[in-house]
Amino acid sequence: MTPATASGLSPVRASLDNGAVLIVQEASATPAVSINATFFAGSLYEPDHLTGLAYLTGRVIDRGTERRDADAIAEELDDRGVSLRVVTTRHTMTLSCTCLTEDFEDVLAIVTDVARRPTFPDAELAKRRAESINAVRQDEDNPAVRAVETLSELLYGREHPYGRRAKGSIETLERIDREAIAGFHAHHVRPAVLSLVVVGDVEAGRAIDRASAELEGWTGAPAGPVVVPPPATAAVRRLCRNSMPGKTQSDIAYGFTTISRLDPRHYAYWMMNNILGQFGLGGRLADNIRERQGMAYYAFSSFDPTFGEGPLVVRAGVDPNNVERAIEAIDFEVGQLGEMGPTPVEVEETRAYLIGSISRLLETNSSIAVFLQSCEQFGLGLDYDRRLPGLLEAVTIDEIRAAATDVLHPDRAAVAIAGPDVTDGAQP
Amino acid sequence: MDSMSFPAAVPGRSPLRADRLSNGLKVVVQEVHTSSLVSVWCWYRVGSRDEVPGRTGVSHWVEHMNFKGTTNIPREQMKGIVERFGGMWNGYTWIDQTTYLETAGRAALDQMLFIEAERMAHGLYEPADCESERTVIISELQGGENDPDQLLDTEVTATAFRAHPYRHPTIGWLTDLRSMTRDDLYGHYRRFYIPNNATLVVVGDVDADDVLRRAERHFASIPAGADPERIRTAEPPQVGERRVVIERPGTTGYLKAVFHAPSATDDDFFPMLVLDAILTGAKGVNMWSSFRGAPPQRRARLYTSVVERGLASMVSGAIIPTAEPYLYTLSFTAMEGVPLAAVEQAALEEIERVRTAGVEPGEIARAKRQLRARFVFENDSVTNIAHQLGYFETIAGPHYFPALQRCVDTVTPEQVWDVARRRLGAATRTVGWFRPVEPR
Repeated sequence: MTPATASGLSPVRASLDNGAVLIVQEASATPAVSINATFFAGSLYEPDHLTGLAYLTGRVIDRGTERRDADAIAEELDDRGVSLRVVTTRHTMTLSCTCLTEDFEDVLAIVTDVARRPTFPDAELAKRRAESINAVRQDEDNPAVRAVETLSELLYGREHPYGRRAKGSIETLERIDREAIAGFHAHHVRPAVLSLVVVGDVEAGRAIDRASAELEGWTGAPAGPVVVPPPATAAVRRLCRNSMPGKTQSDIAYGFTTISRLDPRHYAYWMMNNILGQFGLGGRLADNIRERQGMAYYAFSSFDPTFGEGPLVVRAGVDPNNVERAIEAIDFEVGQLGEMGPTPVEVEETRAYLIGSISRLLETNSSIAVFLQSCEQFGLGLDYDRRLPGLLEAVTIDEIRAAATDVLHPDRAAVAIAGPDVTDGAQP
Repeated sequence: MDSMSFPAAVPGRSPLRADRLSNGLKVVVQEVHTSSLVSVWCWYRVGSRDEVPGRTGVSHWVEHMNFKGTTNIPREQMKGIVERFGGMWNGYTWIDQTTYLETAGRAALDQMLFIEAERMAHGLYEPADCESERTVIISELQGGENDPDQLLDTEVTATAFRAHPYRHPTIGWLTDLRSMTRDDLYGHYRRFYIPNNATLVVVGDVDADDVLRRAERHFASIPAGADPERIRTAEPPQVGERRVVIERPGTTGYLKAVFHAPSATDDDFFPMLVLDAILTGAKGVNMWSSFRGAPPQRRARLYTSVVERGLASMVSGAIIPTAEPYLYTLSFTAMEGVPLAAVEQAALEEIERVRTAGVEPGEIARAKRQLRARFVFENDSVTNIAHQLGYFETIAGPHYFPALQRCVDTVTPEQVWDVARRRLGAATRTVGWFRPVEPR
């Protein structure tokens, strides 16, 4: 067995008759294995009147199966020191964990059983629903979450799947019953939309044999295309303030819709965002807002392209009295990069950074698993880690300038603020 | 240069090399050749326990200043040196230590060592930079206060300690952040940033002998300093329960119950680590990575008796290795509509059951299995291994980290029961509530 990252990844991929895809990367750096089972079963697929259905399904999916009740699952995982995480996004539901090598086959059996045969007991649903409502209430008290959720609404609208709260609302969570959850699972958590990635101290052929055996006989509808409606075109600036008395700092979320991950301009946008709000402490944004003006502990931007036209989001946390000044600074940096484009030095620094950081992206078993999931979901190929440097090398300064010109228009930005009113002062 | 070899930090690795330069700088090297990465950490024995009233937060502020340029690295060039190699860099300050790190491809090793040598000896501390960082840190503090759980943690910690400087938050009190001067910062920097108060850790795709030669080249000319004077005080025994209640606008109630914990080198530490695994699930002992995400806890005592009963949506426990006795913290997020008193009663009743009847052998066995797994998971990268080597070197010496598993293995049910009886009693606990109220 050779180290995974010494000379690029060498994953083994297999497709099963039921449509499931298995990918295994051998890596012997630690005596452990990471398992990542991702289904196209995110909030995109829930009906408008049941927002939070995917999230709540994920919260209760591991609380009992046809073969193991909740106590048995808890016992088997806890005994091995394993935390099974279930994370739901707009597009996907992912079950992931890391276990010791010696426990791999047992833990793989639990993960596939949980995904395949959940029973959603009523008592468990009641508890997880209450916890989910508590999580929504905590979000309501979190200025950063409030700002980002408000920005998503401004950018996409409440009717768009990217504009809704992924956790749903208290009203919709209370409306979701066992039948809705079981139906969501039956329709969406199915083998044709599963990619199961295993990375670690395990022999690839053996892992594929074990996974194939666990998934054998599981059937479901074939995979269909991922369809995301385009967001409305923004012609004007939009601004929304959330008053949160009692808080000491305001959060700003400022952004635009951009492009799909599959758009060929992806790499130019990625580099543009790195220059704007990532490089070093947070690119040009942190240079201005944090380093020169001392206004914020964090100021950065993130670019999150997916199947639909994902957002570019600028974030900053500032004293309530500095909100307007911080927005002016964001406008300035966004406008400057949009109008003038990057400098040649910035482009080469960013290029070197992104290419050089690929090995860090692949440092742990779990991070390799996430990388390989992304390769599979977007059809990037098993050799993507080796092709990626060339793709970044090929981006020209003109393409980055064009990306900036295309998206960075302060007069079309959406701006969301959450925090205390200025009259509250910084110390309530 | 004094040279010593120790067992590998992680089973299956080459032996750990530990040397000391003539100026007192400790250098610890672990070769790990599973990727082309190298992680460099420079650790200083200075944290918030070294701060006096009026200058709380000075260690953390100094950490911030050490990213703002040196004699030979202009401020605007600090950013970019490691990034050109795809590297990441960061730092943190806590109660016992301050540390700086870079992880990048092996080609950047010299640059990483150069940055750390500059940081040790040649910080600029321009007055204008000190002023602009004052407001950045106040912003960091106020961002933390937006989180009711963090706010409660600060207040409970300050209540649990009377004398020991562990009582004040690492970020400092706002009043001190507003009044400290550039000279306060620079004086603190010069007192503690000396090679004989530091440990350099290098882990990754390196040759140990080569690293030691390079360390000599970069650091040997930095003169040793006088050993920094330390605050010497022991926390007096707590003689009665303490309570703190915060009422602020919010949506959710939070509860904390904290107890005085043993230091990392106390015989009680590993029994407490096992007890925590039984109560809330094993986290491991890596502050850099292991306290993110939920531990395996669904069979843990406080999960089954508080969360599964619908009283709280979350429980967590934290026993962190420290140089001097710190705190064992239990945290709960109350379920909507459940009074904090009910959460507290259920939690304390479960603790009393452990104190009265001890724990089952099966619970001990599960806790040990969990810890064994977590020790593997939390050493899954050169960055994490380097963190652990430096962290434990700073608070407990070089033999501690390689012996973690062995120390857990020897814990007995009687020891766990004993620490529960002695350390989790009513008279030595501090209880904190965050009770949300409607905005006025």
